[in-house]
Amino acid sequence: MTDIPAHGTPTALKRPRDLSALVPYFFILPAVAIMLAGLVYPVIQAFYLSFYDWKIGTDFQDAPYVGLRHFTRMLTDENVWESIWVTLRFGFWTISIEMFLGVSLALLLEKPIRGASVFRTIFILPLMVSPVVVGLIWRYLFDARIGWINYYLGLIGIEPQVWLGDADLAFFAIVFTDIWQWTPFIFIIVIAGLQALPSEVLEASKIDGANWWQHILFVKLPMIRSILMIALLMRLIDVFRALEVMYILTGGGPGRSTELLSLHIYNRAFDTQQLGYASAISVLLIVIVTLLSLGILRMGNPMKDKSDI
Amino acid sequence: MSGVQLNDITKSYGAVNVIPPLNLSFDEGEFVVIVGPSGCGKSTTLRMIAGLEPVTSGSIHIAGKDVTWARPKERDIAMVFQSYALYPHMDVAGNMSFALRLAGTPKDEVEKRVKVAADMLELTEYLHRKPKDLSGGQRQRVAMGRAIVRDAYCFLFDEPLSNLDAKLRATMRTELAILHKKLDRTMVYVTHDQIEAMTMADRIVIMEKGNVQQVGSPREVYNNPKNLFVAGFIGSPSMNFLDAELQGAEPRIVGQGFDLALPPRLQQAVQNHGARNVVAGLRPEHFASTEAKGGTAESRFAPIALTVEVAEYIGSSQFLAANIGPKQVSAAIEVGPDSAPLQSGDYLFDTNRIYLFDKTTGEAVA
Repeated sequence: MTDIPAHGTPTALKRPRDLSALVPYFFILPAVAIMLAGLVYPVIQAFYLSFYDWKIGTDFQDAPYVGLRHFTRMLTDENVWESIWVTLRFGFWTISIEMFLGVSLALLLEKPIRGASVFRTIFILPLMVSPVVVGLIWRYLFDARIGWINYYLGLIGIEPQVWLGDADLAFFAIVFTDIWQWTPFIFIIVIAGLQALPSEVLEASKIDGANWWQHILFVKLPMIRSILMIALLMRLIDVFRALEVMYILTGGGPGRSTELLSLHIYNRAFDTQQLGYASAISVLLIVIVTLLSLGILRMGNPMKDKSDI
Repeated sequence: MSGVQLNDITKSYGAVNVIPPLNLSFDEGEFVVIVGPSGCGKSTTLRMIAGLEPVTSGSIHIAGKDVTWARPKERDIAMVFQSYALYPHMDVAGNMSFALRLAGTPKDEVEKRVKVAADMLELTEYLHRKPKDLSGGQRQRVAMGRAIVRDAYCFLFDEPLSNLDAKLRATMRTELAILHKKLDRTMVYVTHDQIEAMTMADRIVIMEKGNVQQVGSPREVYNNPKNLFVAGFIGSPSMNFLDAELQGAEPRIVGQGFDLALPPRLQQAVQNHGARNVVAGLRPEHFASTEAKGGTAESRFAPIALTVEVAEYIGSSQFLAANIGPKQVSAAIEVGPDSAPLQSGDYLFDTNRIYLFDKTTGEAVA
């Protein structure tokens, strides 16, 4: 007997469509729109432009379609390869020295010793200075005639150097300036990571008998590995984006000795007005950065590597 | 002199004195549990023994050596932390062998010791897993394994079981007791859980606000608590305290809602002490139902009226939230598993088990 009373007969009520499920999408819409406009659109546009030979001041409609010719030209373009080489050298020196200095200083200043907080504040000041200002400050400091650097070197009997006029010295100058500005970045990230380490684990290592050096090498640094990876990744991407400081400091010169890839792209686009070719090199830049980033992420996925203790 | 000695150690943070002069001595091979509520100074004491916290004054001796200013690694101690404090980037074997590797122990010796400890703790199949891939109980065992492979003179435990669920906690308590028997090392264990203290300790140190309230075997502190604090802290559920007055030539304790005769032992004690106003301590488990004891046939059981608010059924007994006069008390009454919820009425109390405390000092009268 499974009689259902007549008045209980279920009527298929039509449920109003639940719009509340869409609410989250409305909330992320502005962010997605900004990202599409600011990030995805230029990338697509650059990719599109790279197939045309377009010069500034001419109508894009008149720009001839050149297919992959920009890309094949790039392969044999010595200037492109030279600027990639400059960028890699620049990246190697700046990032390794910044990582070393930033991590060392963070390890030294992590403890709440007297004066550490004052020093920390002073030390992160370069981060807050706009790159254009950094370029101007250091251009004056490195100036051969009126620069402070030559002045102080003179006080200890060293001949004035043409810092920005000599290929090697100019390269040194941009590396030095970058280290000055970006070591604090590594420092801040690493010190935040160190201070978030669980104190009991560090105490356990002391009880296990680790000395100062072993404590850092075997416990502290491995535990902030994911943070070091993130810092490395961000610096690496920045190296390929760096433009303003070098543009003001050396403009890529003398010769092409300090012409980073980003600066090369800029010069191609706005000096020689080859917008299409510059776009093609930008695509190459995106590919290089993506490959390097993937390589670092493979070394240790910072997101996946997170342990819950 | 072997074992662990704390001589007049104090600890202050600026003007705040956390530990007043503290003297404790643990024998070699003894399992000592330091127990007390949060902030009583028990963890600070343990950390001072470990060398993680410097003492303000006094001295610490471990195995006859003055280690007051020695670094943790020079004290021949191993420690298990509340959060386990495993190295997240090392696998189980790496965690357990870290101290040995740092000490430059030969590789085959390291492997042997890790294997023995892993066997003992049933961790053999997890040796190559990272801590994040282990359950709470397994992590706990790795932390213990890390201490075991050290073969230290003294093991220190800082609330090592408080992050585990109730069932696992009970299992690990037993395992720890077995471990202590096997290793025969001095163990100092800090906890706020008096059950852990009662079940594992050779001796219990009960602390409150930096002061040692009592040191004794679990039986001593349960049967002869020195003062109101110890009486209220040891035992579960907690002892009930009732204000009472001593009346009559053969003193009885009389208060609102009760009038209990005292056994000769207590009569003698209160007469020697001389106080009239006392606090009577009645442990919940010393109440009984009139049926169970066949009325008041046994002279040590005296009737006492309970107004029952709630009766909680837990199988072999029932927990009562009840009133004696205006005072709320708890009682644990042994009854059969089929019994109906207990009602208000007359119950019995084992007068041999009455505790009396001086109302002004809080010290035990008898």
